[in-house]
Amino acid sequence: MNPHNKSTEELKQIASQVRRDIVRMVHAVNSGHPGGSLGCTDYFVSLYFKVMNYSTDFKMDGQGEDLFFLSNGHISPVFYSTLARAGFFEVSELATFRKLNSRLQGHPATEEGLPGIRVASGSLGQGLSVAIGAALAKKLNNDPNLVYVLMGDGELDEGQVWEAIMFAPHNKVDNLIATVDLNGQQIDGSTDEVLAHGDLRKKFDAFGWHVLEADGNNFETLLPALEEAKAATGKGKPVLILMNTEMGFGVDFMMGSHKWHGIAPNDEQLQIALQQLSVEAASDY
Amino acid sequence: MKEYSYSEKKDTRSGFGAGLLELGRKNPNVVALCADLVGSLKMADFIKENPERFFQIGIAEANMMGIAAGLTIGGKIPFTGTFANFSTGRVYDQIRQSIAYSGKNVKICASHAGLTLGEDGATHQILEDIGMMKMLPHMTVINPCDYNQTKAATIAIADYEGPVYLRFGRPVIPVFTPADQKFEIGKAVMLNEGTDVSIFATGHLVWKAILAGHILAEKGINAEIINIHTIKPLDEAAVLASVAKTGCVVSAEEHNRLGGLGDSIAQLLVRNTPLPMEYVATDDTFGESGTPEQLMEKYGLSENDIVAAAERVIARKKA
Repeated sequence: MNPHNKSTEELKQIASQVRRDIVRMVHAVNSGHPGGSLGCTDYFVSLYFKVMNYSTDFKMDGQGEDLFFLSNGHISPVFYSTLARAGFFEVSELATFRKLNSRLQGHPATEEGLPGIRVASGSLGQGLSVAIGAALAKKLNNDPNLVYVLMGDGELDEGQVWEAIMFAPHNKVDNLIATVDLNGQQIDGSTDEVLAHGDLRKKFDAFGWHVLEADGNNFETLLPALEEAKAATGKGKPVLILMNTEMGFGVDFMMGSHKWHGIAPNDEQLQIALQQLSVEAASDY
Repeated sequence: MKEYSYSEKKDTRSGFGAGLLELGRKNPNVVALCADLVGSLKMADFIKENPERFFQIGIAEANMMGIAAGLTIGGKIPFTGTFANFSTGRVYDQIRQSIAYSGKNVKICASHAGLTLGEDGATHQILEDIGMMKMLPHMTVINPCDYNQTKAATIAIADYEGPVYLRFGRPVIPVFTPADQKFEIGKAVMLNEGTDVSIFATGHLVWKAILAGHILAEKGINAEIINIHTIKPLDEAAVLASVAKTGCVVSAEEHNRLGGLGDSIAQLLVRNTPLPMEYVATDDTFGESGTPEQLMEKYGLSENDIVAAAERVIARKKA
């Protein structure tokens, strides 16, 4: 059972609030990664406010609940905002993002004990392996809940990812829903320019995954896709969602390029962004 | 010099296999992973009794470390198995981020460490693994000295919460420690009390230190010999108590002089009581093909090298 179970209209409001948090967090320390965070906001909000079965009373072992792992840890702003808004910790703590003595490290970490984080990530390519391990533990524990993991598309350059992609179908890890954030951008340019992935649908299909596609910036289609992914679990194959997103979604000047991968808006840009990210009853931290 | 007898020679990796088998019987949370080296790691008996608790990963060590980290989240105690080279250098960042920094209860079990892997040569003979692993915060580093101690260490680390690097090897060597020993992580083992020089040895070099102790005794030198099976955390009290008696030190390990047990002891000494010290270790070099015995001789890791180092350091103490 999801502790919030919000309606689609409510999800849209929460997503807008999370996006406000993201740009404000990154602006406040003039560092961080707004582009991918904004693109994946609707996915995070869908999982934590509608789709996943979990408790905000955080326990590391996560037995009896769905687990989520973020592999592309640089989009920590959306993860932190979502966790705070979902009730894992006080929203006011978002103000400590990337500052000294904070639990909200630049990239997610367990070292400081932030509730909701189960493994450090940021050095890319490791999250899918960790998620597979957690999914295998669920099977050993006869825990019927699911494991979710999000990866970036640029992250697919890493060889470890393909080790894991081969392992999961061979071992019938069918309690796993992996999602690739297809925003087509990475630091040095588009994924096609840097290291083209070719036809990912065919590739994952050939490796033995159950592959779905989704629009990651449209709740009307994203929510049914996530339900379809859930329904596809337990049938002998790991499930993969190829999720198309727009980097910087919701802030017009951040969309359509890799420029906003890892830089913060200035004061003026922040005000423009916040005007575009309207919420009926904004409750900024 | 105290006498140590043995009735058989065995490989330390078989001690790991025996320990893992026993763990399989007594701890249902213990799971094992292997990267296509089940025979070399002596994991077959565990797998036979616990097929559902074994994961064949394939030749994909990075994935193995990540999966092991994930398994801990459901309360499992994963033991990963591959050669020491592929357990450390190949997957340093995976261990660093997903295991050590994330505080995961993974037991990284590494066979064929050091030169004594033999004929396969330097591509497989890692001599830098202790250094890499001990530099990682949260990591415990253990290098037991014989079959019985490796078995006891394997069993003991399952009861310890936190990441552990357990290093063992391929050659058959004397089994001289008790079969019923209790392995205490971080607790040095006194093998011979002496007054002239402290010899701190780890792994395969412990037996050679005992052999060296007899040669030294014939020369009228009374060596204190201590088995440092846990390199991190180092038993600082045991080291300092010993050097307070002897006033000089020899470290002995099948590892690069840079970053190994000797360096840990040297750091302790300079921070507390600087004393003459000699290293028995490889000298910033890769290994090569050869029999284990030939390699230990060529790279300066024989009992005679320990004897020579002891004589040198005693002379420095008196100078």
